[in-house]
Amino acid sequence: MIPEFEKFKGFSAKNLPKDEPLASGHRACQGCGEVLALRMVMKALGREVIVCNATGCMEIITTPFPQTAWNVPWIHVAFENAAAVASGVEAGRKVLMRKGRIPKRHIDILAVGGDGATGDIGLQWISGAFERGHDLLYVCLDNEAYMNTGIQRSGCTPYGAMTTTSPPGKESFGQVTWKKNIPAIMAAHGIPYVATASPAYYLDLMNKVKKAALVKGPAYVHIYSPCPTGWGSAGDKSVEYARLAVETKVFPLYEVIEGRYIISRKITKPKPVSDYLKGQRRFRHLTDEQISYIQNRVDTEYEKIVKLAEMS
Amino acid sequence: MAKRVGIEVSIAVAEAVRLADVDVVPAYPITPQTHIVEHLSEFVANGELDAEFIPVESEHAAMSCCCGSSAAGARTFTSSSSQGLSLMSEILYHPGPMRLPIVMVVANRALAAPISIWNDHQDIMVQRDIGWIQTFAENGQDAFDLTLHAFRVAEDRRVSLPMIVNIDGFTLSHVIEPIEILSKEEVGRFLPPFKPRFRLDTKKPISIGPVGVPEVYTEAKVAHNEALKASKRVIVQAWKEFANLFGRQYNPVETYRSEDAEVILVTMGSISETAMTAVDAMRDAGQKVGLVRIRLWRPFPGPEFKKAIGKAGVLAVIDRCLPPGAVCGPVGAELRSLFYKVPGAPKIFSFVAGLGGRDVTVDRFKEIVEKARTYAKRRPVENYEVIGVREQ
Repeated sequence: MIPEFEKFKGFSAKNLPKDEPLASGHRACQGCGEVLALRMVMKALGREVIVCNATGCMEIITTPFPQTAWNVPWIHVAFENAAAVASGVEAGRKVLMRKGRIPKRHIDILAVGGDGATGDIGLQWISGAFERGHDLLYVCLDNEAYMNTGIQRSGCTPYGAMTTTSPPGKESFGQVTWKKNIPAIMAAHGIPYVATASPAYYLDLMNKVKKAALVKGPAYVHIYSPCPTGWGSAGDKSVEYARLAVETKVFPLYEVIEGRYIISRKITKPKPVSDYLKGQRRFRHLTDEQISYIQNRVDTEYEKIVKLAEMS
Repeated sequence: MAKRVGIEVSIAVAEAVRLADVDVVPAYPITPQTHIVEHLSEFVANGELDAEFIPVESEHAAMSCCCGSSAAGARTFTSSSSQGLSLMSEILYHPGPMRLPIVMVVANRALAAPISIWNDHQDIMVQRDIGWIQTFAENGQDAFDLTLHAFRVAEDRRVSLPMIVNIDGFTLSHVIEPIEILSKEEVGRFLPPFKPRFRLDTKKPISIGPVGVPEVYTEAKVAHNEALKASKRVIVQAWKEFANLFGRQYNPVETYRSEDAEVILVTMGSISETAMTAVDAMRDAGQKVGLVRIRLWRPFPGPEFKKAIGKAGVLAVIDRCLPPGAVCGPVGAELRSLFYKVPGAPKIFSFVAGLGGRDVTVDRFKEIVEKARTYAKRRPVENYEVIGVREQ
């Protein structure tokens, strides 16, 4: 077990931090699940953190110069390289503390990016940072497409989903590939901590982020982030969809602690996937046959996680 | 005390970085830059340099790491070349406007295709407009001195900009020369510890690298440009101080036997030394030929250049870069632009030579001067000419 976890008792509804390291007044869309998740991430981390943000929705909405929504030190360089920038920040602080030029004080380093910045273009930089073992936390806010540029498909776009670059048509039913399993890729690096989280389970999310920050070395949290604009869902339904994704096994919640899989929320009485799909415009063109394919695949994928958890 | 030793130029550069007590070196190997980062990693491994050597997975990550460590307030160095420099190109545009004083030595090398590991200036000319201060070394001593100078200038609070020292790949990087290596104490007198203007600090949070909406983007670009232009004063002042301390004087534009010259060769980098030999030979033959070497490429020292050429009527500019489809080599174009509609401007002829490691010999310089003289009487057909192309 990871020794740092012992001193952390976990957040509870009664002792939630009141401080807002990510201030309100940013420019996110109504009902944005991503900024909600990010707010919880920051609440969990507090103010002793340096944020390295990849280009994407969260960067754009929080820092239109001369405004900033960040109450903590924050840097953005480019789309793909948040993990490498964070590596530099971590190494820089480490050597400056060693040389006595800045006070010896632990500050968490958070690299954060969307699903495109994490699973597609930025995969190499994260892989490099994890392989080198920097003491940093990477959070992916996964809204399942390139929302910032107008809803184009990414490697994390789910099977069958309609985006502007995976449109259904006479020859197509939308996204033709299955969602890339980024948490598994991250876990394959053998880093101490990997977890999936959802803003619908906010205490679970905050506890996982805090644990990831406590871990010495690289840690990764993959957070499911509903996007009303991109998904064609109602703004007031984001938390509902985030919960449905878990309850239908579409997005299982689990941790991989030192290689051991632990399911955070076992789904014993799953709701049908169609409950989750309906009400989202991106899935409305799907046939019953396709929905049934998705149901089967979701069940199979969930079983894999259960098996991994049983094995460890 | 300074010690004169026979040393490979790359090792001398690494020595300069060690003497600068650099904090972070993110690096990815590429020929002919490798010896620089190899020696730095050895220094760190042997405890001779207290720094974080980050063996990144690509040059793009190297420059990204540099941005992070510099923003954290650490003295930051990296080195690159050619394809690798091109790979980091996207990130090279960031530290300038972000005012991060990263120092990089570029071992200049050709760009593919065809693949070539040998020297020319095509890699750095692609990065002409990244908004870094850029100097060119002629020999090993220059490479050592200019590296120290780069830290001093880049980190000066009036400047706070990234800086590149260009050294020719192989012809400098892999050559052993007698170089005066300064002592730690001497370097200490020239280069103060890095005290950043700002840093990522939870005690005083700042946001670095925000979105530039149309209302502010132009102003941000202009502010960067103004800062780059204004850096010249500090660059020159630091060189003067260096000369006072160690006796070696550098200038934005340097001349060799150019007074009373009718034809002036214009060069950058290590071919300048061969050019000096060529000038001597032509002077011995009674020709009024001189040389002007551009030491500071960015910000371009326009007034100094105009002064340096005196009353010469003909400039023969040598580019080691062939921009396909362009009307002129980059240095040639810069100078034509500088003298456009200037009364009494010299005639400027643009030559491309020394691509992909081909030697530019004394005879080639003679040929260039000869051609420039001819073209001064009879306009050339082309805007520029590639020298020494084999016909078969």
